Amino acid sequence: MNLTLSILYLIATVTFVIGLKLLGHPESAKKGNLIAATGMGLAIIGTIFLHNLEVPNFIYFLIGAAIFIGAIIGWVIAVKVEMTKMPELVSLFNGFGGASAALIGIVEFGGNLGNTTQMITIIAAIVIGSITFSGSMIAWAKLNGMMWKDIRLPKYNIINNLFFLGLLIFSAYIIWSNTESNIIVYLLLLGALIYGVLFVIPIGGADMPVVISLLNSLTGIAAAITGILYGNMVMLVGGILVGSAGLILTFAMCVAMNRSLANVIFGAFGGDDDTAIAGGTNKTGGTVKKTTASDTAVMMNYSDKVVIVPGYGLAVAQAQHVIHELEEILTKKGVEVSYAIHPVAGRMPGHMNVLLAESNVDYDKLIDMDDINPQFKNTDVVFVVGANDVVNPAAHNDPSSPIYGMPILDVESAKQIIINKRSMKPGYAGIENQLFYNQKTSMLFGDAKAVIQELISELKGM
Amino acid sequence: MTEFIEFIKSNLELIYILILAIFIGIEVIKNIPAVLHTPLMSGANALSGVVIVGAILVMLHADPNNYIALTLGFIAVVLGIINVVGGFAVTNRMLQMFKKKKK
Repeated sequence: MNLTLSILYLIATVTFVIGLKLLGHPESAKKGNLIAATGMGLAIIGTIFLHNLEVPNFIYFLIGAAIFIGAIIGWVIAVKVEMTKMPELVSLFNGFGGASAALIGIVEFGGNLGNTTQMITIIAAIVIGSITFSGSMIAWAKLNGMMWKDIRLPKYNIINNLFFLGLLIFSAYIIWSNTESNIIVYLLLLGALIYGVLFVIPIGGADMPVVISLLNSLTGIAAAITGILYGNMVMLVGGILVGSAGLILTFAMCVAMNRSLANVIFGAFGGDDDTAIAGGTNKTGGTVKKTTASDTAVMMNYSDKVVIVPGYGLAVAQAQHVIHELEEILTKKGVEVSYAIHPVAGRMPGHMNVLLAESNVDYDKLIDMDDINPQFKNTDVVFVVGANDVVNPAAHNDPSSPIYGMPILDVESAKQIIINKRSMKPGYAGIENQLFYNQKTSMLFGDAKAVIQELISELKGM
Repeated sequence: MTEFIEFIKSNLELIYILILAIFIGIEVIKNIPAVLHTPLMSGANALSGVVIVGAILVMLHADPNNYIALTLGFIAVVLGIINVVGGFAVTNRMLQMFKKKKK
């Protein structure tokens, strides 16, 4: 490798570290992103032009064409995507990164026969890359609402684990046997793709933030492994940084749900149907109090403090702009309004923050769980929009519930609770919510956007 | 087992870097505020597109008559660059929204 290229890679590596560091602070995040992007550009351009290989012109043309096509596709997707669709987008891009690593592995397999040390990295790239690809595609399809139910084979966790074990043994066999057969590699590829599907398919919507973080981490690891294959530091370090970032977010999400990573992967919410039922429906009973938009508007108008609890339903209904409008009207009328953000509200880490940022909600009004919980007892009205499991008191007082022990927003201590939902259907975790039957709770049924618009027009008339 | 030892021996330097990079990654990213979770994730996502460097190497090293390698390499480059450009662009777009609002 020539010296200029090595130095370019070194610079790129440093920009990645600095970029990520700056991404961690609100004031410098944008700069960090641009710095990392510049480093990436340098690494790509350097790779194409600074080498000592004899390469026919048409290959340069092919590389240029691939970059041109891909860059346009990526750019268009990035500009057009709605902020509510961020989890889908991140899953999709994760999948692409994984697929790219797997493809590299397949091509290199043919060229490295007999070289056992290289073979270990190649096989690892194929396996991890393909699992990331198919897993991300399933996550993407689930988030897009293309798959209604979390499909679970009977004893799915045993099947999955055996399958994974089989995959490992098969990989070891390929490395050890020095096989030259391409068919065996395609079989391995197929097996890894199937495992990715099996791995994500039983995981419920409420666990999506964990899964997306984990897949993000895996893409990085796949990139790092291809880096080892080429002895390429920028790929190795870049990939590992992504791997660490993904793992940190994964564990942050697990802590937010008070569950272990193993529990999310192997014991998907509601997976054990018996506990879910025992923990919910039968016990609660009681009647549900319904309310109307005009009653709610009056109640909010005459209160001092309103806290809005947004959830995934807000994103689905695209109600982030109207909720901001509601907040502004209430603020004008002298009501103190803030938003309570649960760490796993939505379908990816920080999902609600991005949505509300899109509609220009003030930073300071978004309050984290630990800070808002003590404030609920001084709150007149809590307005829950499209959130469910993150306000379910079963997490506190029902040891048989699957979400028992998960930190939640203590909306119960507020004076009045208004819950907007489409219907009485339980949330993604499939757990009945006792909060709906609480004396202080009124249900405001309907599409979040339509309901909030009604509230706004009622408030304007007052 | 001998393969494994051989692997460690021949990649010792890389393994050092790998382990140190893990520590750097954890130190750099820990304690990040929840507001930035999504931008961090999509920014990291763009970084994982660094795999495109490998995809380009595949194409550069490929025998010009090996159409399978060239095709797979081509697809890998396209997917990688989508990841890179899309990831950085969308992160930038997101962070712009955060900024606008601060005033």
